[in-house]
Amino acid sequence: MIRYILKRLLYMIPTILLTSLLIFWAMDLTGGDPVQTILPENATVEQQEALRESMGLNDPFFVRYFRYMGGIVTGDMGESYVTKLDVFGTFMNRLPMTLALGGTALIISVIISIPLGIWTAINQNTWKDTLGMVLALFGVSMPNFWLGLMLMLLFSLQLHWLPSGGSDGIQYLVLPALTVGLGLAALITRTTRSAMLDVIRQDYITTAKAKGASRHRVLYTHALRNAMIPIVTAVGMQFSLVMTGSALAETVFSWPGIGLLIVQSIAKRDTPMVTGSIILCCILMALINLLVDIIYAYCDPRIKAQYSRKG
Amino acid sequence: MENTNKTGNIRQFKGRSLGQETWRRLLKNRGAVVGMIFMVLLVIVAILAEFIYNYDTDIVAQNSKAIFASPSAAHIFGTDQFGRDIFARILYGARYSLLIGVGSVAFGLVVGMILGALAGFYGGVIDNLVMRANDILYAIPNIMIAVVIVSLLGTTPFSLLLALSISAASSFARIVRAAVMQIRGQEYIESAYAMGLPTWKVILKHIIPNCLSPIIVQVTLAIGSNIIAASSLSFLGVGVAPPMPEWGAMLSDGRPYIRSAPWLCIFPGLAIMVTVLALNLMGDGLRDALDPKLKK
Repeated sequence: MIRYILKRLLYMIPTILLTSLLIFWAMDLTGGDPVQTILPENATVEQQEALRESMGLNDPFFVRYFRYMGGIVTGDMGESYVTKLDVFGTFMNRLPMTLALGGTALIISVIISIPLGIWTAINQNTWKDTLGMVLALFGVSMPNFWLGLMLMLLFSLQLHWLPSGGSDGIQYLVLPALTVGLGLAALITRTTRSAMLDVIRQDYITTAKAKGASRHRVLYTHALRNAMIPIVTAVGMQFSLVMTGSALAETVFSWPGIGLLIVQSIAKRDTPMVTGSIILCCILMALINLLVDIIYAYCDPRIKAQYSRKG
Repeated sequence: MENTNKTGNIRQFKGRSLGQETWRRLLKNRGAVVGMIFMVLLVIVAILAEFIYNYDTDIVAQNSKAIFASPSAAHIFGTDQFGRDIFARILYGARYSLLIGVGSVAFGLVVGMILGALAGFYGGVIDNLVMRANDILYAIPNIMIAVVIVSLLGTTPFSLLLALSISAASSFARIVRAAVMQIRGQEYIESAYAMGLPTWKVILKHIIPNCLSPIIVQVTLAIGSNIIAASSLSFLGVGVAPPMPEWGAMLSDGRPYIRSAPWLCIFPGLAIMVTVLALNLMGDGLRDALDPKLKK
């Protein structure tokens, strides 16, 4: 298992290098001239040239790229054109807000979707199944940010129950987390239902029933445990969706996380902030995906066996 | 199939092809039929909008006399902050959403199918290369890919289409690869070889048609999810820019006025939802029709 984790970590290095190279290159091409952004308009050509030299902008592309990547290791990714704050520090300051939002959303989605998925599966082809599936279908067909806007319209602008934006307490988290969570719940409900339906038809379920196991025991001990594998995969695969959803919900509800940071930095053409945040996001995603794979391997003995064979 | 009747004439029994059989089953699915009808109507509307409305005078021109009119008989979806009729803009905007959704999936399908088929069929180095590239794309949230591409090429419908087709290509490559790997070992492929068919013909005539079902289903669902993704990106300001009546851009435009004029946000979102719902109904229907095992 440890060898597997190490191997996966090693695999991550070229992925991260290549990804960041692409992003750095694209941003380098389009970011505009930082010297003109930083210096006042009446600066002389000599002043511009001096700043360009001191910032190392005259160096070849790869020299600048590797200097930048070296900076990531030490947490130095330059400073924002707009706020003059350290990019790495700003990102790390905002990260807990996004993690709180994403985490809460994930919990909400699991609490709703797994019971609903099981309920629709055991009531297959009845009105209960239809109701659950219609709800889930609406959920996956709805743009998430629009759901957010509609929740805001209903709960904060009409009913005045919850604030429409900001981050001064737990009540501010409710609507953005519901927005992301409900969207995810729709997806996971559909997966849970089909996973349960697959399992329920297996012979060992018939055997368990024939042995006289109670309905509850058959459902939760025999069926759900085996259905969990595709469900866990589905949940694990949603992390990039959680990220995207959070960016949208953060924009709708002015929740000061990474998504809002990136969106605002793009609008202000703050290139170092955009480049740095996107590269850090990709590293974060790679780490989360690795973590999911490890948990997955740990849960499913078949996968664990595969790894120990291949080493 | 042949049968001889009493008079001794040979009577032909016509079998139904897989396509006909699927179509018949699809027509029995009420949701799928509703979805199909809606999509046909939407395509007609998207094509005809150009003849009904003039882009310069009806869609982007400002009309200071009718600012923020609430929904009424004259403007059934109301008007926006520039006095533009929202219903007209939504009808006209259908073409952007459809074009971006269908275009990105078509482009992604071609690229993904070629890469996936090569990777699945040959394995080895090609497979490794394709799958590693896929892993990299998988690690980057779609939204980030789009941000990078749109910042390279500008906020036009085309750059949005390209950005979305990249992630579509990666998911199609994965599906086709898995399907090809499964089919590659079947006996009928071996016999196709034994008959002396060249490899490209085996792939084109025998392998691709046999992994069409998951692809058809995925195409329908991917068009829907790309329409949502396109509108999300426009909403964040990295997609189609106003004043183009793209649905996401309209939502982003209307957001500051949600308190006083909520119809600016309600209707474009409903348009997206109903369109994607229709596509999802079709996709679910197709999946059931193509794979009757799932039904019972």
